[in-house]
Amino acid sequence: MAETNTVIGAHHASFAHQFDDPEQQRQAGALGMWVFLATEVLFFGGLFTAYTIYRLANPEVFAVASNELDLTLGFINTLVLICSSFTMATAVYNAQHGNRKWLIFFLCATVVLGMVFLGIKAVEYAQKFEHHLVPGAHFTIEGTDPNKAQMFFSLYFAMTGLHALHMIIGAGMMIVLIAMAWRNRFSPEYHTPVELGGLYWHFVDIIWIFLFPLLYLLGRSTIGH
Amino acid sequence: MSAITETKVLFPKENYLTSNYGIKSWLLTKDHKRIALLYLASITFFFFIGGFFATVIRLELLTPKGDLVQASTYNKLFTMHGIIMVFFFLIPGIPAVLGNFLVPLMVGARDLAFPRLNLASWYIFSIGGLFVMYSVLSGGIDTGWTFYTPYSSQFSQSSVAAAVVGIFITGFSSILTGLNFIVTIHTMRAPGLTWFRLPLFIWSTYATSMIFILGTPVLAITLAMVALERLAHFGIFDPKYGGDPLLFQHLFWFYSHPAVYIMVLPAMGVVSELVATFSRHKVFGYKFVAFSSVAIAVLGFLVWGHHMFVAGMSVYAALIFSFLSYFVAIPSAVKVFNWTATLYKGSVSYQTPMLYAMGFIGLFVIGGMTGLFVAALGVDIHVTDTYFVVAHFHYIMVGGTVMAYLGGIHYWWPKITGRLYPEGWARLSALIIFVGFNLTFFPQFMLGYLGMPRRYYEYPDEYQVLNVFSTAGASILAVGYVMPLIYLLWSMRYGPIAGPNPWPSTGLEWQTSSPPPTDNFKVPPVVTEEPYQFKPEVRPVG
Repeated sequence: MAETNTVIGAHHASFAHQFDDPEQQRQAGALGMWVFLATEVLFFGGLFTAYTIYRLANPEVFAVASNELDLTLGFINTLVLICSSFTMATAVYNAQHGNRKWLIFFLCATVVLGMVFLGIKAVEYAQKFEHHLVPGAHFTIEGTDPNKAQMFFSLYFAMTGLHALHMIIGAGMMIVLIAMAWRNRFSPEYHTPVELGGLYWHFVDIIWIFLFPLLYLLGRSTIGH
Repeated sequence: MSAITETKVLFPKENYLTSNYGIKSWLLTKDHKRIALLYLASITFFFFIGGFFATVIRLELLTPKGDLVQASTYNKLFTMHGIIMVFFFLIPGIPAVLGNFLVPLMVGARDLAFPRLNLASWYIFSIGGLFVMYSVLSGGIDTGWTFYTPYSSQFSQSSVAAAVVGIFITGFSSILTGLNFIVTIHTMRAPGLTWFRLPLFIWSTYATSMIFILGTPVLAITLAMVALERLAHFGIFDPKYGGDPLLFQHLFWFYSHPAVYIMVLPAMGVVSELVATFSRHKVFGYKFVAFSSVAIAVLGFLVWGHHMFVAGMSVYAALIFSFLSYFVAIPSAVKVFNWTATLYKGSVSYQTPMLYAMGFIGLFVIGGMTGLFVAALGVDIHVTDTYFVVAHFHYIMVGGTVMAYLGGIHYWWPKITGRLYPEGWARLSALIIFVGFNLTFFPQFMLGYLGMPRRYYEYPDEYQVLNVFSTAGASILAVGYVMPLIYLLWSMRYGPIAGPNPWPSTGLEWQTSSPPPTDNFKVPPVVTEEPYQFKPEVRPVG
């Protein structure tokens, strides 16, 4: 067994001893990430359930409250994330084909787009703070029941906050991948970490694709501004 | 000369315990067997902490008047007993200790798929444990282990936030353990080890892992919302903001009912192994037993509402939840009948693990049948929040899970340490635990049916006789639990050398030396036959 390890290990420094061959390791990594994403779906699922129930209970209040969100910034952020999914997918493609330079370039582009998203999100949060739309004693809103509107903003901050936390973790993962690519750790035969990072990144994007219409768009037409 | 060679084969000098020395080699280990032992130490610690709280509870209930502790202290005692036993002993118990040790051995792998993640999960567990211990030491927590809102989110003056954060953190250790098991079972089985050749312990661990993966995150996000409500005025469960406290209950039980199956499914897996080995007989209806684990895991996600029959729920929803709860009885009964059928015409012997397995079957039947009482809408209204419910779930969790856990620890102890435990003492303690358990909890069925509510520190005089029985039983039970702690530790040094396969049993874990080498197998195993092919003429020692 030891000899087998050294032979394979000579080609792949990251081949772990518990696996029989690199293919088994790749499969285990991919399955592990999919299982983790299943956990994540249920993790966000609790908040989506709460949102759905409360939205159904108070549709008018939620529509008025959601009008306080900045549609332009939300829309730009959606575009930013879709672009970042594209750069991520391109990074995976370049990892598969062993183009180290382009891999690093597109991973960096993904991080930058992620940072742009987080920056815009921070601007939005600051606006909510200035407009007294953060849940707590200073919460004020015109034109609807402030208590129930506060529920909308509790959910808004919980959901987008949890999403932003995932973005920050994702950006950290990208930086690790960039460092690994810089040290020439990937090859067309071994690039599982890039693929796993990609899966995670796309998942976080998809969460936003659900958050954006639920929080920003739903009910907007019925109020009109 | 030959004697020395003999000893070498029976007890290899080079094994996972001796490959490295020093505290660092343990705290930084990536070996699943060592991590299992780290978990064993942690959960044993928590078991005795939780047991201490139970002792004070039973002492208080010895007399009708509240004389030992104050009412507010009593609320904290049963809360901390529940939190520590559920989240820090029962849920990690069998999966994190026996599962960690056995899953790679049983599938013929060198380690779990992600050893570093495995070590991380122990640290996450420990950090969560520290938060909860902080909550305990900084004045305790009094919400009940269920954290019902709005009491937990707004009114309780105790240190709820620390406990909630601790359980949130610990949840991720469960998730990572489950993830590791699922991936290992899918991708790392030895050549020839098809799904239907897997030991039944693996099937039940797999089913448990599914619940870890899909249930735990819901509890995590729910408790996070409670913490946010306490710390940041997010009124998600606060009626003032249009929030619904019942939503908390739905989300909480969406995890916490399946959590019951997290506790009992691995126990069932252990019992399947024990019953087969000690009756020298192939498990009757292997596929039914295997799929019943999956069925229990799936159905377990559909019955949470039966915890809320009196909480305010549409009668139609209650009907459906009641009906589905009855459904769970089917796969559970499949298991009990198949274990019984396995014994039939088997060559049964009564070593300690088998005593625990038999204890499990009997107590699980009582716990399960009374589960049907409380799943019935009418009866449930009568016994909700009484000692009947307390007795019911203790029959499942203590009579079921703890019995199977101890049976499993005894059964695999020779594999873990290379040495046998003292059979006489072990049989005696199994007997004491069985007697003590029934004396503690059977009177509670009667108390509950007579109407004694749970979670009160005093009670009318007429309940005293049964409460005295219960407290007497608890003291016997305590003796039974301390005994294994002593003789198992003793046997690590002085127990007779076990040899690779003392029982003798079939699974792959018995094909390697005891204790196994760090890489588990000197020669990578290949599986060529069905599981549980016993030779009836070969009987266990003792």
